[in-house]
Amino acid sequence: MTKPPVLILGGRSDMGLAIARRFAAAGHPIQLAARGAQGLEADRADIALRHGVAATLHEYDALKDAPDAWIDALPNLPGVVVCAIGYMGDQPTSEVDQVQAAIVLRSNFEAPALILAAFANRFVARGSGALVGISSVAGDRGRGSNYVYGSAKAGFTAFLSGLRNRLSGTPVQVLTVKPGFVATRMTEGMKLSPALTAQPAAVAAAIEKAVRRKRDVIYVKPVWALVMLIITHLPEAVFKRTRL
Amino acid sequence: MNVEGWGRFPRRDCRVTGPRSEDELRAQVSGGPLIARGNGRAYGDSAQNPANTVDMRRLNRMLAFDPEAGQLTAEAGVLLGDVIDAFLPRGWFPWVTPGTKYVTLGGAIAADVHGKNHRRNGSFRSFVDWIDVMGADGQVRRCSRAENPELFDFTLGGMGLTGVILRTAIRLRPVESAWIRQTAIAAPDLATAMEALEAGSDAAYAVAWIDCLCTGKSMGRSLITLGEHATRAELPDAKRADPLRTPPKRKLTMPLDAPSFTINGLSVRAFNALYYRKGAWASGVDYVDWDTYFYPLDAILHWNRMYGRKGFAQFQCALPLASAREGLEAMLRAISGARQGSFLTVLKRLGPQESAFSFPMEGYTLAIDFPVNPKSLRLLTELDAITIAHGGRFYLAKDSRMTAETLRRSDPRVDRFLAMRADAGRSGAFISGQSERLSL
Repeated sequence: MTKPPVLILGGRSDMGLAIARRFAAAGHPIQLAARGAQGLEADRADIALRHGVAATLHEYDALKDAPDAWIDALPNLPGVVVCAIGYMGDQPTSEVDQVQAAIVLRSNFEAPALILAAFANRFVARGSGALVGISSVAGDRGRGSNYVYGSAKAGFTAFLSGLRNRLSGTPVQVLTVKPGFVATRMTEGMKLSPALTAQPAAVAAAIEKAVRRKRDVIYVKPVWALVMLIITHLPEAVFKRTRL
Repeated sequence: MNVEGWGRFPRRDCRVTGPRSEDELRAQVSGGPLIARGNGRAYGDSAQNPANTVDMRRLNRMLAFDPEAGQLTAEAGVLLGDVIDAFLPRGWFPWVTPGTKYVTLGGAIAADVHGKNHRRNGSFRSFVDWIDVMGADGQVRRCSRAENPELFDFTLGGMGLTGVILRTAIRLRPVESAWIRQTAIAAPDLATAMEALEAGSDAAYAVAWIDCLCTGKSMGRSLITLGEHATRAELPDAKRADPLRTPPKRKLTMPLDAPSFTINGLSVRAFNALYYRKGAWASGVDYVDWDTYFYPLDAILHWNRMYGRKGFAQFQCALPLASAREGLEAMLRAISGARQGSFLTVLKRLGPQESAFSFPMEGYTLAIDFPVNPKSLRLLTELDAITIAHGGRFYLAKDSRMTAETLRRSDPRVDRFLAMRADAGRSGAFISGQSERLSL
């Protein structure tokens, strides 16, 4: 049986590429979508050669392309869409620069939500498909150190939850992924606890498995579920004085 | 962070960078002296530079495959094991492989590694069509036998000191199965072992494991294994159905350092005697999967922890054919005399070698490992002297402790290598712990 194509939105990111490789290893054709997609030719060739699957590149600008028109221009509708779009920005800059803050909010909430919603409608019409949104533990509670990014991820998490609720009873899966810290370009140079930090390949493996098993919400490292349980249950009077 | 070679000695605190693209690599090269590092399988300090150790493993894309020529084009950070995973199911295998599949292509080129088929097929170099090398000026030059041949010559075996190896095109060999037809021969002494290796010239692969603690008449007692890629037709029925697939192997791991006292003359003697008896009893013909045949030690992840926290030192020399027998006997006497046992004493016959700075030479190569302690370091110095007295030389990928003087006394090619290094700013741009220790 041929496996359905997997589309990676944000295919340039370390996580996006790791997810592409993992699904390719499982035999899925791969569509990589990113800005300046032609720059990913070496990665495309690698995926195709290593795993003997078809791999294609698709130019995609999450903040500019209109979702419906962009999807209609794809050569074929994928079976699985993984949204690995994200932009953390610099929190102090986002506090004073509304243009940057808007880009952070739009990149982490508006754009991912709108494109997955557009895919959702097509998947429901077709009667199959999986929608994977990579959100963040930063969205579980707003913190002073990154709440612009965190609040956008909170919005995205809520959107995925609502979409999953709406689509329950249809064959379409909606998976929310909260990876915790991941060793990628975005976190390079940060001091991260090794016990809380996952490798991109581990995130990818967890996602591929969660899609197969039709899961709803996953933390990649289980310890994060506990950490966030504690953080979300701290009384606000206490939480507001923390520096996390 | 702490950076160590496979022998875990020496260990140094190094700044490590990990470029994701040619441009990011160029920025590192223009930022000051550095050494490229692959998967850290060289034993000593070949891939350590405190100022900048450049981890090449993110540049690990396979770029093209030409099934007519069996030619794979790939970035230097691709692991040999990845090549096998991707291409063995399609009927291709590397022409030359060292004893571990966890080496990068860049590392295999830098050390110009060899395998159990050097006599027949030469070193890794024989199947490298071209290499892209980034120089001190940040320019990438393609080098091959026809284009920039001097750079090609010195980059193979040049230990990363001629520039950063970025991409390569290598050829793979077509195979009908993933199985090796193995013939095991027990040899009661060194002379018989060498005769068997000489007689094994028709075999694709040949290697001898020596029980290095035997003295007197049984000195050099060995198990010799010859190997051939099995054809589909010769395989037993169960294997013939899907000849390119082998059953998945369970990986063991060495989770902790063994305490240093567990490796001593007694435990090694017992292991070696048992291993020889078992091998001698089981000698004959057998079909062995590729992973077990080529990479027995890869089955135990972190096997280097067996020697404890202090690490271990490898010794590997090549001796010319004419003086090999005499040199090997002198070495085995020194080893058993010092009662410094080694689990892994391996003897191979080497064929002719063309290259400017590669390790192999026509003759024999002996590889031994020892835990690092004052006694074994004294023995290693003694083995150095025996090697030099018999016209041999040393494998830089294994070396962690020889002196600049020892290298010069063993290898007259050093002067030409230094002249090459002095050219185009290489000696100021590409520096490793090893190059400083050896004044290269």
